[in-house]
Amino acid sequence: MMLLRRRAIACQEVVELVSDYLEGALTAGERRRFERHLAGCPHCTEYLAQMRETIALTGRLVPEDFSPQMRAEFAELFRRWRDEAVEPL
Amino acid sequence: MLRLASNFVPSRAVAEEVVQDTWLGVLRGIDRFEGRSSLRTWLLAILVNRARTTGVREARSIAVGDAAPAVDRARFDASGAWSSPPEQWVEDAEERLGAAALAAHIHDALEQMPARQRAVVTLRDVDGLDSDEVCAVLSLSQANQRVLLHRGRSQLRRALEAVLAGGSGG
Repeated sequence: MMLLRRRAIACQEVVELVSDYLEGALTAGERRRFERHLAGCPHCTEYLAQMRETIALTGRLVPEDFSPQMRAEFAELFRRWRDEAVEPL
Repeated sequence: MLRLASNFVPSRAVAEEVVQDTWLGVLRGIDRFEGRSSLRTWLLAILVNRARTTGVREARSIAVGDAAPAVDRARFDASGAWSSPPEQWVEDAEERLGAAALAAHIHDALEQMPARQRAVVTLRDVDGLDSDEVCAVLSLSQANQRVLLHRGRSQLRRALEAVLAGGSGG
């Protein structure tokens, strides 16, 4: 806090950069500043962990979690695709 | 699907297993089915159709400016530092709410999203497509794909926080 680092980023910016960070879309400089901020900020470290957990939990959704209508659509799509695929035989 | 599967396996129970495995496999990791082109074709057909039905193609331009912030501005002080920092819930989310309730909350939050946002998050984080595939299926630029992904994931995190912060799980 004593030294002004070159354009240190604030927590409020970190939460908007977190997706680009996870996507590997930050420049090398942005990435360094992002990680430097995390190293000194337990709150933003927690925030990043929450985003990772959110992604992991979303990844566990299975078709049973989708509405009957959506499942019906999938089944219909499959039937149509199968019929098209089978036709030439 | 069950009937189709039944044509190839001896019993209904096995057919049900096959259908379930297919769903799980397809939605979990398209890469594992690399080489089985028919299955890949099927998946992409579903994806394109899902994209169409959610209206993704109708409005491709994305207003970047008017988006709500990932976190309410009121939770930061004037310098942009947390004044109301995130509570810890990552470690015990599942013990507190249970997997089924967590899934239900995520599902509800997905349903409340604008269609394009939902499509990007679903394709990336539920179906497991990479960003190139999502851009191709939804006709999005990489930058717009990331904007939608960011908004969607941020919204899902807020939804989880709403039910997990405060320790009551309520």
